[in-house]
Amino acid sequence: MPKIAFDQVSKSYGVVEVLPPFDLTLEDSEFTVLVGPSGCGKSTTLRMLAGLETVTSGEIFFDDKPISKLDPKERDLAMVFQDYALYPHMNIAKNMSFALRLARVPKAEITEKVERVASMLNIAHLLDRKPAELSGGQRQRVAMGRALVRDAGTFLFDEPLSNLDAKLRGKMRAELAEMRDTIDKNMVYVTHDQVEAMTLGDRIVVMSDGLIQQQGTPEQLFKEPVNTFVAGFIGAPTMNFLDGELVEEGGTQWVRGDCYALPLPADIATRLQSAPDRAVTVGLRPSSFTPDTTQGAPIELKVVVSEYLGAQSVLVTHCGDAEILVETQSASPVRSGTVQTFGVLTDEIMIFDKTSGLRL
Amino acid sequence: MQIANANRLTPYLFLAPAAVIMAVALLYPIGYMIYASFLDWNPSQRIGEAEFVGLRNYIGLLNDAAFLESFWVTIKFAAVVVTIEMVLGVGLALLLDRNIRGMSALRTLFILPMMIAPIVVGLMWRYMYHPSVGIFNKTLKSLGFDPIPWLSDGNWAFASVVIADVWQWTPFIFILSLAALQSLPQSAMEAARIDGATGWQQIVYIKLPLMMPVLIVTLLLRLIDAFKVLEVILVLTNGGPGLSTEILSLRISRTASEFRELGEAAAMSNYLLILLVILTFAMFAYNKAVEARTARLRKAAEEDL
Repeated sequence: MPKIAFDQVSKSYGVVEVLPPFDLTLEDSEFTVLVGPSGCGKSTTLRMLAGLETVTSGEIFFDDKPISKLDPKERDLAMVFQDYALYPHMNIAKNMSFALRLARVPKAEITEKVERVASMLNIAHLLDRKPAELSGGQRQRVAMGRALVRDAGTFLFDEPLSNLDAKLRGKMRAELAEMRDTIDKNMVYVTHDQVEAMTLGDRIVVMSDGLIQQQGTPEQLFKEPVNTFVAGFIGAPTMNFLDGELVEEGGTQWVRGDCYALPLPADIATRLQSAPDRAVTVGLRPSSFTPDTTQGAPIELKVVVSEYLGAQSVLVTHCGDAEILVETQSASPVRSGTVQTFGVLTDEIMIFDKTSGLRL
Repeated sequence: MQIANANRLTPYLFLAPAAVIMAVALLYPIGYMIYASFLDWNPSQRIGEAEFVGLRNYIGLLNDAAFLESFWVTIKFAAVVVTIEMVLGVGLALLLDRNIRGMSALRTLFILPMMIAPIVVGLMWRYMYHPSVGIFNKTLKSLGFDPIPWLSDGNWAFASVVIADVWQWTPFIFILSLAALQSLPQSAMEAARIDGATGWQQIVYIKLPLMMPVLIVTLLLRLIDAFKVLEVILVLTNGGPGLSTEILSLRISRTASEFRELGEAAAMSNYLLILLVILTFAMFAYNKAVEARTARLRKAAEEDL
């Protein structure tokens, strides 16, 4: 259960630099999620940690021990792969015990460990079967079991749920969350799914284009994103971004666009005093709108489509040329094609620099 | 109703030309050969004039020491060359399954021998085995060793034809093994590395077992081919010295052309055919069994959930 530290680690394939040098520290016994769109370098980071990819420069430390030159087997870690990577020719018991058998653990101990983990994961009745005889969800459990049997210090997960159907994924996600709370190990989890990241991570590292955009707790990322990328990536439905301009009128800071004008609360207004540019990007979460016009600042939106999701509906609306998603309770239905006035909870407005995308 | 009938017949109509060609080109000669094997037939006779002798040819062959010797040489030859070729071919594939600059050129180079016509291979090796001007004996002599009677001593002649065959056909096993290796699930290999397997352990516990289906089919294909080998040995030793390298196809051709016993040659061919059919069926049966097993298990798994 070491503390893991990346120190100016970078990765290049030939002349193509996929990961510029970065620092990242994963505290002991933490569940860290690396999240980002495909090609952002999250899997490469994990694979360098696992020892499946070499490190081009920099060093990875487990506690204070440099490990980037060590073989995977010398790093005391276990890994769950996206396609499970079970050994097709071995039965489940053999799959789970492979590492222990290689390490020449006594037979009785192997049996004991395999049976304990198998019953914990509800796969004890499958031990004699081959991977091809299992369903996707069962294979997933076996992959998990194979990692757990190892009792390694660090667990790595490379998109372990992405091959499952939606229902099973939700179930496994809940089980993983339970496991996170009962097993006191370092866990590093890679996913492109922000819902998985939010529900599982003690800490989330958001990556894009090989750069770490932001790291923090799920709540920090949702409430205090540092730039438009993180703000747009975290949260579903995604945040709306509008072009706007800062203006001062009657002692109040306003942000104004083609079809709206919203007053800014005092704390944001103060921060924006020093903003270099008057042209900004305004971020509004779909949940920041309310049909109750007595609350917040009014905004007129033309409802184009209403997507019914059950208790909630997502309205696709137009504000001038811009498309805005609005989340509402299905209990108060809104007709498509009408123009409606909504209240905007101005406390939740986020203002970003138009060129750099940084939060102001 | 009529249209429905016509529609049902359409596929057979399309199949018909192929079926006719099959019948003419495959079934007719085989039937002819089987019929001929029951005859005492001299090439100067028309087939109608030959005497029908029932199973005499077959029974006679079972008591013919020269035929049994040939049969034994064939089996020995096939077993030895295929074993050596499998070990070398799979070994080379394991060695060369990596991304090194120039590897694709090297791979092409490796499979060159397979592309040379067997008769040319035979001639080439005959010159190299030549007792006085061949490269092997010349090299041995210049190094101060005694020359080796490559083709004139029974044991050496057998070894010589084995070497030539191994040289030509190891690449076949090499490319199939390499293809099998490269289609193995990469992540299973990575999982093995994380599980702590050394290079050898990965080969023994993961790669070889996963390659096994391809290896078994490769083995059977090579065995079937090895039983039919002719040209290289014909050119190298013509079966000699004595009967030391007289494999079955050579004996068949000699029985037909030198001994002028067409019926007996046909019976020999049928013995060889029976052996090959057994091998082929073994191969199909193995494939079928594997497929059936996987299908059954997958079905069981799906019902489980």
